[in-house]
Amino acid sequence: MKILVCISNVPDTTTKITFTNNNTQFNTSGVQFILNPYDEIALARAVELAESTGGTVTVINVGEAATEPTIRKALAVGATDAVRINAAPLDAWFVSGQIAEYIKNNPFDLILTGRESIDYNGSKVAGMLGELLDLPSVSIIKKIDVSGTEAIVEREIEGGKEILTIPLPLVAGCAEGVTEPKIPNMRGIMSARTKPLTVIESVALETNSTIIGYETPAPRGQVKLIAADDTNQLVELLHAEARVI
Amino acid sequence: MSVLVYAENTGGSLKKSTLEVISYARAIADQNNTTLTALSIGDVDNTELKALAQYGADKIVKVSNQKLKNFVNQAYASVIAQVAKSVDANIIVLSNSFSGRGLAPRIGVKLNAGVIDGAVALPEQTDGKFVVKKTVFSGKAFAMVELTSANKVISLTPNSFKITEAAKPEIIEEFNAAFNESDFRAVLKEIVQATDKVALPEAEIIVSGGRGMKGPENWGMLEELAGVLGAALACSKPVSDAGWRPHSEHVGQTGIAVSPNLYIAVGISGAIQHLAGVSSSKTIVVINKDPDAPFFKVADYGIVGDVFEVVPKLITAIKNYKATA
Repeated sequence: MKILVCISNVPDTTTKITFTNNNTQFNTSGVQFILNPYDEIALARAVELAESTGGTVTVINVGEAATEPTIRKALAVGATDAVRINAAPLDAWFVSGQIAEYIKNNPFDLILTGRESIDYNGSKVAGMLGELLDLPSVSIIKKIDVSGTEAIVEREIEGGKEILTIPLPLVAGCAEGVTEPKIPNMRGIMSARTKPLTVIESVALETNSTIIGYETPAPRGQVKLIAADDTNQLVELLHAEARVI
Repeated sequence: MSVLVYAENTGGSLKKSTLEVISYARAIADQNNTTLTALSIGDVDNTELKALAQYGADKIVKVSNQKLKNFVNQAYASVIAQVAKSVDANIIVLSNSFSGRGLAPRIGVKLNAGVIDGAVALPEQTDGKFVVKKTVFSGKAFAMVELTSANKVISLTPNSFKITEAAKPEIIEEFNAAFNESDFRAVLKEIVQATDKVALPEAEIIVSGGRGMKGPENWGMLEELAGVLGAALACSKPVSDAGWRPHSEHVGQTGIAVSPNLYIAVGISGAIQHLAGVSSSKTIVVINKDPDAPFFKVADYGIVGDVFEVVPKLITAIKNYKATA
């Protein structure tokens, strides 16, 4: 089985987010970039499925050369090879179009993404790939198994889950629960250096969205501290002042 | 030029988040001086559908094909795009629910439309621009995103727009959608629904527990607190990582981002990753024995104390309040 995992390079979860140029640009100065945590889950599951079915895992990233340490980490975790499409990831439409173009020439049995990237919080690439390639797509999955030519998938819904069977190939966005992220071992790190990382040029594609500015949430006022034995006062404040109960 | 809103239902009833998107879509139609069509797919009876007119739909279109009784991502996306074309809609609005997240990108591709997922405010339309505010960096910031395509798809974050009545005449039409067999490749085998629980992304009140709860056996009092408030339960990442609670309850940067009216954090210190997922809550209450817990810095109300003493007292206080209210 051939599996493709789409990965993003995102700021570490501990990053304090600030902006420059009159709040129009994300300030990347001093920011550590990591493999998107949900993509880590997708990758770990892909490696497990490839091991149990004797398949391969290719990771693909749309990004400039600066994303290569993240791609190497994915190789260290267990991907067989990697592809970097050499372009800044302008928007989901652009990224999905680039990856779809690659898949048209290099078909896969299973395409996994993370449920969303933790930077722009889009959860669009899985669905867009599905539509561009005329494949079924599932946006937020909690579990995936493959049996022969069929995948059994659990999809999260409000207050529950759905269990679906879908013939391969399909596209799925992985969330927590699918499996645990894998920490690369020394052998993985050593072998990652020599695994193939192919850089291909992007195709000409339009975008249809642009970020024109950022805002940070309004700071909250000073916390009102209430004595531990005066929960009645808290209830009164929640009712009369905050008006939430 | 018109606005189409997809009115999601759960087992035949319209959800609260559906009334939010209808109100939101009505406001966008008013901004553009155009009409609003609401689309319902599946088994929803006309009495229920009339609520869509009550909240501002000029016309209600229903597609009640038996094959569409349950959600099928590809087929639903296809129906929405077909109806959008038939009513000449250039703005398509839906909820950023679990199903909405699957639909929005597929509709976007079908209609050659830019997609905003997770909008938190009405579009700003000045100088011919169309700009929508959405959450980015998992709640640490907002981005103003300009959609440059002629067609636009917007999914709205639950709990971010006020439901407003705007009664219109009740006009309900059937639409006959066309299908490809390939739209039904994904086959639903089973729905596992915990019916007694409030769904986390839509909850107005959330009670959330952290490591300060000391162990899964102590969650009874949080369940009771959630019960008296009609709240959903949530937890921090260490709690779900330790297997004390399911991953579906994990709120934070790598879990679910929530925006309830009231978020009560019990025994959660407030790591930056957790705060990211809850910062758009309207009111935050923090109960923690450590007065230096970072969560107090972003809370509206705080109680420094032993959670095992404070929570039972709070339950009693709320019961007393409910009894007299």
